[in-house]
Amino acid sequence: MPDLVILWTDFFIFLLIALVLSFGFFAAGKEHLRAPWRRVARSRIGMGALVILGAYVLIGVLDSVHYHPTLPEAERSGSAMHSNEVLSLLDYLVTPLRERQEKTYSAPLATHLYTKENIELPDGRMVRDFPRLIHGGAHLQDPERDWAADVAKTIATAVVEALVVWLLIAGGLTGWLGRRSGHTFTEQRRRIMSGATEVPWSVMLTVLGVLLLAAFVAGNLGVKYHLFGTDKVGEDVFYQALKSIRTGLVIGTLTTLVMLPAAIMMGVMAGYFRGWVDDVIQYLYTTLNSIPGVLLIAAAILLLHVYMNKHADEFSSLVERADLRLLFLCIILGVTSWTGLCRLLRGEALKLRELDYVQAAQAFGVRNFKIIGRHIIPNVLHIVMISVVLDFSGLVLAEAVLSYVNIGVDPTMDSWGNMINSARLEMAREPVVWWSLAAALVFMFTLVLAANLFSDVVRDAFDPRLRSGG
Amino acid sequence: MSDALLRIKNLKTWLGNGEAPVCAVDGIDLEIHKGETFVLLGESGCGKSMTALSIMRLLPPAGRIVAGSIFLGETSLLDLPENAMRRERGGRMGMIFQEPMTSLNPVLTVGTQIAEAVLIHDPGQGRDPRGRVIELLKAVGIPDPEQRYREYPHQLSGGMKQRVMIAIALAGRPELLIADEPTTALDVTIQAQVLALMKELQQKTGMAVLLITHDLGVVAEVADRVAVMYAGQIVEVAPCEAFFRAPKHPYSRKLFQSIPGREKRARRLAVIRGTVPPLDREFDGCRFADRCDAVMDICRRQVPGWTPLAGGQGVRCFLEGGAGPDSTGSPPEAAAEKTGGRQGGHPPLLEVENLKVHFPIHKGVFRRVVGHVRAVDGVSLGISAGRTLAVVGESGCGKTTVGKAILQLPRPTAGSVRFEGDELTRLSGEALRRRRSDFQIIFQDPMASMNPRMLVGDIVEEGMLAQGIGADARQRRARVGELLEQVGLPAGAAGRYPHEFSGGQRQRICVARALAVQPKLIICDEPTSALDVSVQAQILNLLQELQQAYGLSYLFITHDISVVAYLAHEVAVMYLGRVVERGTVTEVLEHPLHPYTQALLSAVPVAEPGGRRQVIRLEGDMPSPSNPPAGCHFHPRCPQAMDKCQKAYPEAVRLSETRTVSCVLLDQDS
Repeated sequence: MPDLVILWTDFFIFLLIALVLSFGFFAAGKEHLRAPWRRVARSRIGMGALVILGAYVLIGVLDSVHYHPTLPEAERSGSAMHSNEVLSLLDYLVTPLRERQEKTYSAPLATHLYTKENIELPDGRMVRDFPRLIHGGAHLQDPERDWAADVAKTIATAVVEALVVWLLIAGGLTGWLGRRSGHTFTEQRRRIMSGATEVPWSVMLTVLGVLLLAAFVAGNLGVKYHLFGTDKVGEDVFYQALKSIRTGLVIGTLTTLVMLPAAIMMGVMAGYFRGWVDDVIQYLYTTLNSIPGVLLIAAAILLLHVYMNKHADEFSSLVERADLRLLFLCIILGVTSWTGLCRLLRGEALKLRELDYVQAAQAFGVRNFKIIGRHIIPNVLHIVMISVVLDFSGLVLAEAVLSYVNIGVDPTMDSWGNMINSARLEMAREPVVWWSLAAALVFMFTLVLAANLFSDVVRDAFDPRLRSGG
Repeated sequence: MSDALLRIKNLKTWLGNGEAPVCAVDGIDLEIHKGETFVLLGESGCGKSMTALSIMRLLPPAGRIVAGSIFLGETSLLDLPENAMRRERGGRMGMIFQEPMTSLNPVLTVGTQIAEAVLIHDPGQGRDPRGRVIELLKAVGIPDPEQRYREYPHQLSGGMKQRVMIAIALAGRPELLIADEPTTALDVTIQAQVLALMKELQQKTGMAVLLITHDLGVVAEVADRVAVMYAGQIVEVAPCEAFFRAPKHPYSRKLFQSIPGREKRARRLAVIRGTVPPLDREFDGCRFADRCDAVMDICRRQVPGWTPLAGGQGVRCFLEGGAGPDSTGSPPEAAAEKTGGRQGGHPPLLEVENLKVHFPIHKGVFRRVVGHVRAVDGVSLGISAGRTLAVVGESGCGKTTVGKAILQLPRPTAGSVRFEGDELTRLSGEALRRRRSDFQIIFQDPMASMNPRMLVGDIVEEGMLAQGIGADARQRRARVGELLEQVGLPAGAAGRYPHEFSGGQRQRICVARALAVQPKLIICDEPTSALDVSVQAQILNLLQELQQAYGLSYLFITHDISVVAYLAHEVAVMYLGRVVERGTVTEVLEHPLHPYTQALLSAVPVAEPGGRRQVIRLEGDMPSPSNPPAGCHFHPRCPQAMDKCQKAYPEAVRLSETRTVSCVLLDQDS
């Protein structure tokens, strides 16, 4: 029985998931909250992007369930000895990727290292050549002859497998939808294919198909080869890119969670009460805003660093250290980025407080905080929603930039920023090592693009001004 | 008719492309002759603006013209390519819109904007259009045109901006001027100026005017011929005179009956029951059948055709203008006890003395106070139980602020507000909160006065919760149901959202909300000015009934004199933060003594063409309340101003028990 470990960020991630779910249940009963989401659900682009985001989130959540694995020798003896290492469910699922370390750089899908080394031949002679990889393509007898055929065969099997899984999912979904709406299977299939359904299932299934295809090809190739090559110490780049997903998502979401309560309360209070409350809050955020964010972040991270060095014994593993640094980065990013939303909400609250229904509530003698809770906050929620989804992609990109200048996440933690950072040196090498950068870019680009598309749809659905036009 | 300038045949404009497009304009025919003023009259949503936009081919993206033809002279407008159409717009056809504030570009000078139109449509002017622009500015009666040429829109008042818009429309020397509610956003005195200007320009240039309005008074003022629109169709066309003498269509007749007025006091106003049918379906019968009192079997089975009548009149009705079974509409009901004077008996419920509300103007880095907007500057009022005081004035005179200051929403700067002997200005915190159930407010815009994210039941219940009325949730729920039924809504409305209701219904909900805490005084802040005439009648009836049933007092804030005449017992006329005249409704409306009251009353368009009074034209606009003129605030615009007026603000002269007037003219007399 593995020993579960809940890291700080894990805790917050599950808290966030719980919050989102409970908000979902709450919103389901309220027509004005459900209506915009229904508009999102009808958008083709939005739902397509959502499928991709869903895949990312799934990987992120799998990577957030941490445990100490049971030591193999302890398992045999029956006692519960746990290793000091912290692994996640994702690590377990992709064990082959994690464990197959090479010596140093190797190109994507390569069978030989990227650098020449002295090799001792069986007959005792020494040659300087590209040595075979320990794991990548190790099953091939003669790489020169078999490589292309093997890769093609692997891809072909992957395609077939993906197709089968996709058909199963699509069939199951069609049957389920058909049963719910009272159509036969063929009718429902025709409706989905012609786009007659309210939710654009055809788009979602297409995107899912593409995703499955990519996943199966990557999976099958990744087991036999190093899909995106290996880095300087021979770690699989594909594995790093997968692990980076969690880092990106944590930065994008936890930061928001940290700043949201402060931004909402301060912004709304400043706008609603005006007077000295407004002055104090405005002073606070203009001051914060005028300190360069990078400086603040660098100082905070440095402080943490000193603290961790002094109290090294408080951290049982490297992962915990890195995790605390990640959390701290989220908090400090949150502190520097709440001012924008706060300012927006202050303006909105200034407008709302003059509206007749707020005045009517005042005329009834309703208490101020009740008015804020009942009349102001529900009417600014759409702004919060829009800015949260718009901020998300910005924060993911910010992480990359901060890690690049070494004040981001811990260097031992996998993140796209760290991958790009190390690529800085690799790009200067001759011959060039391009795959770390490329892998980070592909993964980050896909996530940010999907998030941006999705946030556009959300904004269109929630913004009352855009809605009245269309 | 060979001199027809604009001929529209069977025009159909649809909005939206879905399965059920809205037929906003559904087959209208009309002809406008050279030099005439043709008025398109109708309530909101009847398709009158869509007609105008169809003529200009400026429909919103969702709209399209699906059938019909529009001829301007010999040109078929619907067949023109877009670039030729662009020459017609602003060339032979000019258009002015309702909202002058948003029709001008705030970063360009007025001169530049008019010059732009001149350069496009009047190439004969050559490179330098300045001369022509100044000529235009003069033509629309803007004083000091050389100076104004260089000014920006924000430096002009609303009336001036509308004049600039007219000047732009005139730049192309149009043969047809389309004016879409050009005076709705303006005050009555300014409205009178603009209407007079349009009439004058029309006589000078001989252009035709297509005026769109919902105001019967405006129709009477300017129209040559009138077309009444209802639900996308024209239901009646008539020369102005004949229309006011004998409207033929039941809808037109109902419109007349639902206008409040002095002679209808103590009677219920006629209401048009129901609402305008949705226009996204086919009609089997008359569109008005469900709301018509004279409905016959045939009305529901067959669509009425167009029946031409004598004298250029025409009507879309089976009655063909014959006397219908209904002519008066409402049974004369209830005793006329309201007019009886009853001052001495009761102590006043509310007494306001020398109320002042000043808003500070901040400037500079340290936000120093550099001045005050004197929104309310010494107002004294009194209301006794069960009576209605109307506060009348133009926008910006501070009447709404008076209402809110009585509620202590902005705390008054100075003065006293005594409610049943308690000094509200000195009550604070908890004590004031407990008194709040005694005085309530109903707002102008029923849409903005309810939180769109709350259920109607929760909205009505809110006040009860805050005031601790009702023992538990069940009792409160029951009371909410009762209240909703009392204002004429089904109790089931509690479970719905405000946006599911029409404007009139929403205003009913607001009334129910105010009633929920059993107030003694309700401040009605223009409760009907956002509503159509027929709906306004319903709300006024409701307010009357409630007053009789519960002995409520109303402080009725309005700019609509006909509502005042219908509803109020006493009137206070405000100008620039002060009450200039106060008295009973008969005294003030029959014999106005203050020059401002006289001008205000004369500027109100009356809905009978014969009854046009001599309009006292006020020049200029109301000055800013941050910098009121010295002496009497009204003297720069007063036709009877004397030297004395500039020196000091005139003392209020008490003429009788009920009447006070602040004017030096009366001081001399006494």
